[in-house]
Amino acid sequence: LISYIVRRVGYGVLILIGVNLFTFMLFFTVNTPDDMARMNIGGKRVSQDAIEKWKVERGYDKPLLWNASAPGAGKVTNTIFFDRSVQLFAFDFGSSDSGRDIGYELRQRVGPSIAVAVPTFLLGLLVVIVFSLVLVFFRNTYLEFWGFTVAVFMMAISSLFYILIGQFLFSKLLKLVPISGFAGGADLFVFLALPVLIGIVSRLGGEALFYRTMFLEEIGKDYVRTARSKGLSETVVLFRHVLRNALLPILTSTVAVLPLLFLGALIMESFFGIPGLGSYTIDAINAQDFAIVRSMVFVGSVLYIVGLILTDISYTIADPRIRLA
Amino acid sequence: MKISWIPQLGSIAGAAALATLLGLAAAPALTGCSEVSNNPHPLGSEKTNTLFVPFRERSPKYLDPTSSYSNDETPFTYQVYEPPYGYHYLKRPYELVGRTAAEVARPRYFDKAGNALPDDAPGDQVAETVFDIRIRPGIRYAPHPAFARDASGNYLYHALRREDVADKYKVTDFKETGTRELTADDYVYAIRRLATPRVKSPAFSTMADYIVGLKEYGDTIVEVDKAMRKGMAPTDRDLPFLDFRKHAFAGAEALDEHTLRIRLIGKYPQFKYWLAMTFFAPIPWEAEKFYSQPGMVEKNLTLNYWPVGTGPFMLTEYVENRRHVLARNPNFHGEAYPCDGEPGDKEKGYLADCGKTIPFVDQVVFDIEKEGVPLQAKFLQGYYDSPAIERLDYGTGMIVAMGDSKDKEKEFREKGIKLPTTVEANNWYIGFNWLDPVVGKGDTPEQAERNRKLRQALSIAIDWEEHIAIFERGQGVAAQGPLPPSLFGYRADGPAAFNPVVYTRGADGKPVRRPIADAKRLLAEAGYPDGRDAKTGKPLVINFDYISSPTPGTKALLDWYQKQFAKIGVQLEIRATDYNRFQDKMTKGVAQMFFWGWLADYPDAENFLFMLYGPNSKALTGGNGENNTNYQNPEFDRLFAQMKFLDDGPEKQKLIDRMIEILQQDAVWSFGYFPTSAAAYHQWVANGKPTQIIRNHIGYLRLDPELRTRKLAEWNKPIWWPVPLLGLLLVIGVVPAWFAWRRRERETAARTLAHERGRP
Repeated sequence: LISYIVRRVGYGVLILIGVNLFTFMLFFTVNTPDDMARMNIGGKRVSQDAIEKWKVERGYDKPLLWNASAPGAGKVTNTIFFDRSVQLFAFDFGSSDSGRDIGYELRQRVGPSIAVAVPTFLLGLLVVIVFSLVLVFFRNTYLEFWGFTVAVFMMAISSLFYILIGQFLFSKLLKLVPISGFAGGADLFVFLALPVLIGIVSRLGGEALFYRTMFLEEIGKDYVRTARSKGLSETVVLFRHVLRNALLPILTSTVAVLPLLFLGALIMESFFGIPGLGSYTIDAINAQDFAIVRSMVFVGSVLYIVGLILTDISYTIADPRIRLA
Repeated sequence: MKISWIPQLGSIAGAAALATLLGLAAAPALTGCSEVSNNPHPLGSEKTNTLFVPFRERSPKYLDPTSSYSNDETPFTYQVYEPPYGYHYLKRPYELVGRTAAEVARPRYFDKAGNALPDDAPGDQVAETVFDIRIRPGIRYAPHPAFARDASGNYLYHALRREDVADKYKVTDFKETGTRELTADDYVYAIRRLATPRVKSPAFSTMADYIVGLKEYGDTIVEVDKAMRKGMAPTDRDLPFLDFRKHAFAGAEALDEHTLRIRLIGKYPQFKYWLAMTFFAPIPWEAEKFYSQPGMVEKNLTLNYWPVGTGPFMLTEYVENRRHVLARNPNFHGEAYPCDGEPGDKEKGYLADCGKTIPFVDQVVFDIEKEGVPLQAKFLQGYYDSPAIERLDYGTGMIVAMGDSKDKEKEFREKGIKLPTTVEANNWYIGFNWLDPVVGKGDTPEQAERNRKLRQALSIAIDWEEHIAIFERGQGVAAQGPLPPSLFGYRADGPAAFNPVVYTRGADGKPVRRPIADAKRLLAEAGYPDGRDAKTGKPLVINFDYISSPTPGTKALLDWYQKQFAKIGVQLEIRATDYNRFQDKMTKGVAQMFFWGWLADYPDAENFLFMLYGPNSKALTGGNGENNTNYQNPEFDRLFAQMKFLDDGPEKQKLIDRMIEILQQDAVWSFGYFPTSAAAYHQWVANGKPTQIIRNHIGYLRLDPELRTRKLAEWNKPIWWPVPLLGLLLVIGVVPAWFAWRRRERETAARTLAHERGRP
């Protein structure tokens, strides 16, 4: 297992370099350092001198990937790409292009992101599993038919619509919770109730159908018949045997995204005014702040790689027959 | 009996499904059984004297007075900093008054030999203008750690090491604060600092042309900075303190503790308006010294985030892209609310607080609001006192909405929302690039004439009245010239109010757009009969650069432009790019025709006409000028050079009239429109007079928190009955399922039992 993890981490580093390069290429295909300077300086009367100065102070006056005028290794190292990438691998995010400490911002914002994402994820998972198992339990009945119909209907609706309807219904019409905003302490609950509810509802349809399929696939297998013939109740059959055996695909779709919860939900944070990492990323993209964008992509990639490794490990726990080598 | 965890999972999940509903149900408990449960602000805050307003998209980028030049920064900078001058809050046309200055100083003029000249001396005779500005004594800075001293008078926080600031992220993390009196030296320091190469200084290039010695001083400071940075990488951010007290220049000096002298090259009457901008706000050296210590910059502890000023408010909270709080400055010197204004102000209630000391509110809380839907909802629920404190477009949008929807009109009226309107010093226009061979100046006199006729024809074809009706929902005034009505130089019976090239007089004497036939005739005279080149027969295609990327939202507008030109057979090729690309094209002077706008820096005709002054050409100055069309007209330039030296009066009016006539004939702009602007406030906010020029207006706003609390409770009564109903529905849905479940389980048990009994 250890050697497997070491190997996967090694692959991960390569993936990170690739992702970093790809982000870099994509970003600078769309923007030039001059664009970034103009956007960052902002306001009226931005002179070309100010743009040049901005670039020099942030190291954007260098060539992007290849510095032909530099001697030796400097051709590679004396470039924007090298400058901006190496420090990331030491988790030193440096400053944003507007001069703010990225590391500090990440620390400040990870809390609000988790506060929304974790309850949404855990409660959502629970609700989805129960809902899909209930659908399976009532298979071939009117309950399954209507449950299935509702799930398809829910799946067809965009999450943005849920947000708008949720805000309209619970905040504007019923006036039960604030329409958006964020606060710590006991107030946190009031602010999170709606985004969490919407987060759960918006994923319920699609995921319930997916899980239902997984469970139905299992339910026709021999071991289920054996369990039933032993006289086990249907509840025990479903929750103990079927659930456990259908766990692998579920794990794939959930554990891998677990670390990404730290990154927050882009739309949700934006609409509910939650000062998390999702809205931080969106702000950075809008402001053409490459320093933040690359940091967030890097953190996202690291977390994703960690998530995939965790998934693999979780397989061995869920199914002892699986060996990682 | 062994208790299986599995069925419990079902119950847990059921509970989880209900958790959020319970959360909603628990909200009243958590809000202390308050009358409202959807308040996004802390419980009870509506009862305090706190103004709640949103800010859009992101935090202000620059709060450093040397750098700040953007609208969204002004709610902070102009409340914290005090330049020497400000504007009278109520009077229109705008009138300068002293803010920290005892009065608006009368400039004195001198010739080359140093002899005093009369006030009306012609600009070309004036070699130097001297402003001696008296700063009122006794003004003190808001509490700040930079001023904190120990018992023996030593500064507490001026010799910090990197590790001392390791846990400091806010100015409020420093326990001790201090203050001191504002002196003329602080203004001198700020003027010297305009030359800093360390932060953005957008006023420097303009001011260097006027303030005696500033240009050379800038070069000196660049050298000083270079010497200080020796051995450091260009990307190093911990820079040693560049102390401007040690580097003097002749243009700005303190004659004594409370007299500031500024010397200008020649005559520049508009300079007084600059003295009302935060570029001229005082900067205490202690603040710069404090912020230049190791480790401060990387913690965002700079003047750019934590301003230090003498104004009515101080910044006490800065959470980027989330929340900012201005609190009353306990050391504020106080200012009396004005007792006079423009006609009608008394009737509108603007004079009710005459003589009272401002600021009226104790605190201003700015919360981020990225999306329009929550912003509007919170404003209508009463949780924001104004939906946009620094902009007047939101109120305009609400007026439009009232026109569109009876329900909206009823709701806004019932809620007593105030939407006072004004036409501000702001315009939108279409410009023709003077460097372009087709629509520009033209190489030969014949070509120039043809091009002029083409521009005139296009100006007639673009029906701005229709544009205002469709895209501005009637909230604007079609422009006859470059000057908006609120400025000196605009006469209702003068050329600024009637453009004979594009309009004729109607029966009632009002301007009526010339018929399309006139445009077609001009087009034919320009060499493009029916929109085709008379020589080659090819259709005339004009490239139109638009300021933003095409979106579904702008499609209708861009289609409309094409339609306007199609009326005379001209094809319009739209090149809508993002704003960066657009600016690039403008800097290079490669756009043919473009749409752009201008919001005046100060209320003077010069601030609009300078956009057509030849030497300010954007392309010819490498992007540093604001003459976007690159227009060159020797007569206009000559008149402008004269006009800019004049104080408002008949002579200046005459020159402005002539300049406008020239512009109308040359049709270098299709003059577009001046948008109507409206502020938006709730009924409990008093004194909200709409303005885009006066930026320190927050101090004049008065709140009635008691009325607000009452109205909030009235408008936000929570409706709880659907929550138990939803619970009930859930139960109704679950009960049959539960019974079905039980039945199946019993059937399984019965089958098993029967099976076991049947066993031999």
